[in-house]
Amino acid sequence: MFKKLSMAAFAVALSATSSLAATEVTWWHAMGGELGKKLEEVAQKFNESQSDYKVVPVYKGSYPETLTAAIAAFRANQQPAIVQVFEVGTGTMMAAKGAVYPVYKLMADQGESFDPKSFLAPVTGYYSDTEGNILSLPFNSSTPIMYYNKDVFKKAGLDPEVAPKTWKEVEEFSKKIVSSGAAKCGFTSAWITWIQTENLSALHDKPFGTLENGFGGFDTKFEFNGPLQVKHWANLKKWQDEGLFKYGGPVGGDQAATMFYSQECAITMNSSAGRAGVINNAKDFTPGFAPLPYYEDEISEPKNSIIGGATLWVLNGKDDATYKGVSKFFAYLSKPEVQADWHQATGYLPITNAAYELGRSQGYYEKNPGSDVSIKQIMRGTPTPNSKGVRFGNFAQVRTVVDEEFQALLAGKKDAKQALDSAVKRGDELLREFQAAN
Amino acid sequence: MDTKRTTFQNRWLPYVLLAPQLAITLIFFIWPAGQAVKSSFEREDPFGFSTVFVGFTHYARLMQDPAYLDSFIRTAVFAVAVTVVSMALGLLFAVAVDRLMWSARLYTTLLVWPYAVAPVVAGVLWFFLFNSTTGIIPYYLSFFGVRWDHTLNGMHAMILIIIAAAWKQISYNFLFFLAGLQSVPNTLMEAAAIDGSGPVKRFFDISLPLLSPTTFFLFIVNVNYTMFDTFSIIDATTEGGPAQSTNILVYKVYQDGYLGLNLGSSSAQSVLLMLIVIVLTVVQFRFVERRVQY
Repeated sequence: MFKKLSMAAFAVALSATSSLAATEVTWWHAMGGELGKKLEEVAQKFNESQSDYKVVPVYKGSYPETLTAAIAAFRANQQPAIVQVFEVGTGTMMAAKGAVYPVYKLMADQGESFDPKSFLAPVTGYYSDTEGNILSLPFNSSTPIMYYNKDVFKKAGLDPEVAPKTWKEVEEFSKKIVSSGAAKCGFTSAWITWIQTENLSALHDKPFGTLENGFGGFDTKFEFNGPLQVKHWANLKKWQDEGLFKYGGPVGGDQAATMFYSQECAITMNSSAGRAGVINNAKDFTPGFAPLPYYEDEISEPKNSIIGGATLWVLNGKDDATYKGVSKFFAYLSKPEVQADWHQATGYLPITNAAYELGRSQGYYEKNPGSDVSIKQIMRGTPTPNSKGVRFGNFAQVRTVVDEEFQALLAGKKDAKQALDSAVKRGDELLREFQAAN
Repeated sequence: MDTKRTTFQNRWLPYVLLAPQLAITLIFFIWPAGQAVKSSFEREDPFGFSTVFVGFTHYARLMQDPAYLDSFIRTAVFAVAVTVVSMALGLLFAVAVDRLMWSARLYTTLLVWPYAVAPVVAGVLWFFLFNSTTGIIPYYLSFFGVRWDHTLNGMHAMILIIIAAAWKQISYNFLFFLAGLQSVPNTLMEAAAIDGSGPVKRFFDISLPLLSPTTFFLFIVNVNYTMFDTFSIIDATTEGGPAQSTNILVYKVYQDGYLGLNLGSSSAQSVLLMLIVIVLTVVQFRFVERRVQY
């Protein structure tokens, strides 16, 4: 807490010393490394495009750290105007009505045009309230896709241009890869919670929780211990024992990327925002991109995948000039060319239809094969209540619980049914706590 | 100690002299601690809009939470293991260096270095050494048929943090033991040597008993260290996992409060931790402070 307060004080001191002419708009974000550089470039370009406002991006660490820092700062009345919050924190932010200045309202108050229809439908659906108003500005949304190593496929006697479509094929291909010695492991996955549980449910049109996956209110319960999820987790355990699947670690599963880059595993499943990293790190092999696999005996045409990533929330308690600056900046961010540039550099989704169209007319997707896998996957079919997304309170902790139960499964302490039942039970307790506190 | 009492002429001077320290204690220790006690009895949303007094609910829930009780046991295992390992090795090195003539100073300097390494760096260091994909130690272990994987194997994860935490603390124990050994009167050692007892017997019969106050003092300090100062090591290596197997009490406070934003329960946990520190400190003052020789 002290660290956060001193950071806040530092940020205030910083803003006090810089130029007085332009109104400062502080923007706390969680983008490190390459993504952070690109984000700063976006802010820089906005600042150069006009002289009335100056957006100051401040890197606050990981997503959870950024959210906690913003909350601590809000309580100390030192909050930034804009904070980037990951999708898991959406429930927390939506419940904090007094702290949030909804984006649709801000844009209306400031007279900036803001059309929810211009955004990709799955993105807006995730971040709107029950009346369809967008509460936070979609900025960096991603969805999980499959990456594979074409060279290893070739070595294993597989066609490098054909990625496994179904889980059955993932199993078959992995067996070939491992038995031929082309790689030590068939596949790995980042984000077990997000990809192998939440997205798995959405793809197969199975509920993750009651009340439309939590969109309908706080009085919701988890349901991700159904037959499909149990079957999939049991398979993952079986494949791990057979040496086909390797675990990449909890939360984001950082080891998954390492194992894929080092060619230990031939396939990985990760956020579409991992694309830049894959291209940079795949020095000795050619990567391929494909949609997530599904079980063909469960669903013939898989539904759209759901999104992750983060949106920009505006916090209450700033003066009107600052909000004017925020609205100008948001209008700038929503421009097709700005969006397309961000999307193409990072692998995040093109948030608006116009940005996607712009990329198409530029011929970006032909020049960069596989770069539209994520978009096609998220746009296919009509979203059902099960594939619209997930929205739960205390969701960061719920994900920790799911990770823990998955580890217990892989360690052989529980079977798939026991692990998922226990995750649901513990998750429900966290939901009740959230319900009681809000 | 009573003989050193000083009397002030001015009645207010001692209070004035104490004031800065008291102010610091009040602002940085008593006030936050009071806040923690207060919010441990409340249920509050993260932003602080609604606060409800809930009495002992958080405490009652903790006492029924198997995860919390598990964390207690794990903390005890961790604290005892780190203390024993780091004290045994510290003592071993101290005895070895104590027997050296001219190179003692060099070895002392080298052995103290790890203490200067920040805990988080120590954690990252051991994390890389033990990384199951790229680390060198799992590579060697594989020759002995051990498949090292601290991301899934709770036992491996616990061993990893014990090694990382103990490694850092060896230096500290080493220094105290060395000072203790050097204050063992030479006359005793010489008399024993003349009577024909060897170095091992001399160590167990003379040095070790004379070191007992130091040992007791170090035991308390080390337990305190492992329970409260190892946060960054855990954060940099296992983050409490896999499946909570390295989630010690301090880390749980952080996870529940900081990541989970459950301020009430997190505060209740810190209050319980505070009670543990108080008990340890009382033990230290009561039994150790008077006898230990620095």
